[in-house]
Amino acid sequence: MNFFRQLTEKPWLPDQNGVADMHDGHVSATPAARIGLKMFLIIVGVLFFLLIVSYAGRMAFEDWRPVPQPWLMWQNTAMLILASVALHLAQSAARRDQWNHVKIGLLAGGAFTVAFIVGQLLAWQQLVEQGIFEFKNPAVALFILITGLHGLHMLGGLVAWGRTADKVWQRDGLEVTKIRQSIENCTLYWHFLLAVWLVLFGLLFSGNDNLGILLTICGIK
Amino acid sequence: MSDITQDDVGYVAPAEVDDQDLYHPKSWITKYVFCQDAKVIAIQYSATATAIGLVALVLSWLMRLQLGFPDSFSFIEPSDYYQFITAHGMIMVIYLLTALFLGGFGNYMIPLMVGARDMAFPYVNMVSYWVYLTAVLVLIASFYVPGGPTGAGWTLYPPQAILSGTPGSDGGIVLMLISLALFIVGFTMGGLNYVVTVLQSRTRGMTLMRMPLTIWGIFTATILALLAFPALLVGAVMMLFDRLLGTSFFMPNIVEFGEHLSYGGGSPILFQHLFWFFGHPEVYIVALPAFGIVSDLISVHARRHIFGYRLMVWAIVIIGALSFIVWAHHMYVSGMNPWFGFFFATTTLIIAIPTALKVYNWTLTLWRGNIRLTVPMLFAIGFIITFVNGGITGLFLGNVAVDVPLSDTMFVVAHFHMVMGVAPMLVVFGGIYHWYPLITGRMLDETLGKFHFWVTFLGAYLIYFPMHYLGFVGVPRRYFELGDTQVFDSSVGDLNAFISIVTWIVGFAQIVFLYNMARSYFKGKEAGQNPWGACSLEWQTPQVPPGHGNWGKELPLVYRWAYDYGVPGAAHDFVPQNMAPNDVPMAEKGRESSRSRKA
Repeated sequence: MNFFRQLTEKPWLPDQNGVADMHDGHVSATPAARIGLKMFLIIVGVLFFLLIVSYAGRMAFEDWRPVPQPWLMWQNTAMLILASVALHLAQSAARRDQWNHVKIGLLAGGAFTVAFIVGQLLAWQQLVEQGIFEFKNPAVALFILITGLHGLHMLGGLVAWGRTADKVWQRDGLEVTKIRQSIENCTLYWHFLLAVWLVLFGLLFSGNDNLGILLTICGIK
Repeated sequence: MSDITQDDVGYVAPAEVDDQDLYHPKSWITKYVFCQDAKVIAIQYSATATAIGLVALVLSWLMRLQLGFPDSFSFIEPSDYYQFITAHGMIMVIYLLTALFLGGFGNYMIPLMVGARDMAFPYVNMVSYWVYLTAVLVLIASFYVPGGPTGAGWTLYPPQAILSGTPGSDGGIVLMLISLALFIVGFTMGGLNYVVTVLQSRTRGMTLMRMPLTIWGIFTATILALLAFPALLVGAVMMLFDRLLGTSFFMPNIVEFGEHLSYGGGSPILFQHLFWFFGHPEVYIVALPAFGIVSDLISVHARRHIFGYRLMVWAIVIIGALSFIVWAHHMYVSGMNPWFGFFFATTTLIIAIPTALKVYNWTLTLWRGNIRLTVPMLFAIGFIITFVNGGITGLFLGNVAVDVPLSDTMFVVAHFHMVMGVAPMLVVFGGIYHWYPLITGRMLDETLGKFHFWVTFLGAYLIYFPMHYLGFVGVPRRYFELGDTQVFDSSVGDLNAFISIVTWIVGFAQIVFLYNMARSYFKGKEAGQNPWGACSLEWQTPQVPPGHGNWGKELPLVYRWAYDYGVPGAAHDFVPQNMAPNDVPMAEKGRESSRSRKA
C-alpha cells in the first residue's frame, strides 16, 4: 500500500485508466477486521494520551499531593507481560498448526489477564486500607479513573478472548485462516494494551515521579 | 476527463474482489428493525435524527418567543430558557448533524458509491444505530427527571454545569453526560465501519482517486470524529466523576451562598481544552461531508466534471488535519498566554486557504457548465454563498483582537449558525432532493421544493444578518432578557421581534418539506433509473431503489472517475463509472462534425 502515491493519481487522464482499471479495490492485503482493530487501537491510544495530558496538567499545580503507589502494581505489570507473552506463543503455535500449544497459550493468557484485573482491584483495596482512598485528592481520582478505564478495556478484551477460545476448541467446520486471524487480533490487542499500560505505569504509577521529571525538563512544572 | 477511444485496451477481466458473505434477513423484525443492511440502518439513523432535530427546532421557536417578545410568555422561566438553548445546541450539533451526515448519508452512500454489497461489519453497524438510539432516548429522558434537562449551555462548561444554581444540575447533567458517552460509543462502532469499508470493500477499478468527493468528505470526517470524540468522552467521564463521586478534576475552590463547597483545586480550563479539542474538529465533521456532497451535486447538475478533483481531495485532507490545531481559538477570553493566542490565530487563518480553494473550484465547476437550476442545485449554490458569508465572519473571530470584544455576543451566534448550521443543512436538503429518487424510486415535488428552498435560504439571511448587527452593538448571547437597559437602541428590540417572526416562517417551510417527503413517497412522479443522468456508481444499480446486496449477481467494475460529463465524442453527456470504454455509445459523425464547426 502506498497511500500517498495513490493520492497523486490523475484519474481524468487516459493513461491512468490502464493502471487504475487493474486495481482490485483494496488499500492493503490486510483483512478488514485487522484494519478495523488497528483503527480502534489508535482511538484507544488517543483516549489514554488525553488522560496522560490531563494527569500532567493537574500535576503541574502546586497543591499536587502524590500518592504512594501500591507495591502490587509491579506484580500486576508482570502478570500483564506474561499474558501478552502467552498469547504471542499461542499465535506462533497457531501459525505452525500446533493446536494443543495454542490452547495452552490461550488459557495461560486468559489466566494471567484475570490475575492482572484482580490484582488491580486489590491495589485499589490497598489504597483503601492505607486510608488514602479519597476522591478529593486528584492523584487518587486520576489513578482510579485511568486504571479503571484500562481495566475495562482488558475486560472487553476478555470477551474477544472468549470468542477466540470458543473457535479454537470447536475448530471443526471453521476455516483455519479465520481462527488464526482471531488469535492474531487478540494478540495484537493484548500487546497494545500492554504497551499502553507500560507507558501509564512508567510515567504515572511506578512511584518514581517520572512524569514530574519530564514536566520539569519541559519547563512546565 | 478521458476521451473515449474504441479499442481493446480498456478490457478488464471479471471482478477479482472477494464477494462479501451477505447477511440475509429471515423475518420482518430482522429486515426492518434489527437490520444489518446499511441502507435500512441509514434510514433508521436519518429518521431518528430528524425526529430529535424537530424537538430542537421547536426549542428554537420557544427561545425566539422569549427573545422576540420578552415578558409576554409567562410559561417561559429563565431556567426554561437556558434548558432550551442547551438542548437545542447539543441536539443540532451532535444528535442531528453528526448522525445525519455520517450515520445517514454515510451508511446509505458508502457501500453504493464504492461498489460494495454492504458495510465491512454489518452487525457492528446495526449495534451502532441501537446505541445511538439509546443515547437519544437518554437525552429525552433528561427532560423528565426532577429539575429537567441541563441548562449549562451546549458547551457544558464547569464549574457551573454541575453547581446547584444551574438548571438541571440534579439528574439532567448526569443523563446528558451519559447520553454523550453512549453516543460516542455508538459512533465509534459506526465510524470504524465507514473507514474500513472505504479502505477495503471497494469494487475492482475503484481506486481512491476515482471515488466521488462525497465519499472523500465522509471518510475524512469519520477519521476526524474517531480521533476527536475521545476528548469529549474523557471530559464527560471526568465531569461525571466530579458530579457523582465528588472528585475535583474541573472544580476549583468555590464558595456558594457563603459556604465552602467540598470541591477544590480542579481546572475548569482543562475541560475547555478537552471540549474544544473535540469541538473544533466537530465543525469539520459536519462541514467535510457537506463539502463532498455539494461537489457532487454541483458537478451532476452543472453537467461538468468537478474542477480540480485532486486538489479538492487534498483540500479535504488538509482541512481535516489542520482542524486539530485550531481548537483554542474558542478560548481567547479564557486568559491564555498571548503567544498561544497568536499561534491559534495563525493556524485558524491558514485553514482559510484550502477552504477558499474549494470555493474557487466549485465556482470554476459552474463556469461554462450546462447549469440546471434543479432544487438540489439551488441548495448547492445556496450552500456556497452561505458558507462564504459564514466563513468570512470566522476570519473576524479567528483574530484575537477582533474576537475579544465580539466574544459572547450575538455576532458569534450568527457566525456559527451560518457556517455550521444553515450551510450544512442546505447541503442536507440538497442531498435529500438529489438522492430521494434513488431511495424511494420517486421524485420529490419540484414546486414545493423550490418553495422550501427560497423560504429557507432567504429566511436564513433575514434571521442571521440582523443578528450580526445585534452582536456588533453588543447584545450578549445567552441572556434571558435585556431588561430596561438604556445601553441598547430601541432597534435592538424591533430586530429581535423581526428575527423571531422569520424563524417561525422558516420553521413552517421545514414542515412543508416533511409533507413533500411524505406525499411524494406515495404520489411522487416515478423517478426511473438515474433521473439526473449521474456518473457515480450509486445510480447504476440493477434495481431502483437498490435491492438487498445492492448489485445483483456480480459486483460492478469501475472504468473511470465519477465525473465523466460532456466527454467529447460520446453520444450522451455523461458516461457512468461502470461503463466499459467499448460500450460507450458514440455520437454520430454528423452531429460531432457540426459541433466541431460551431466550436
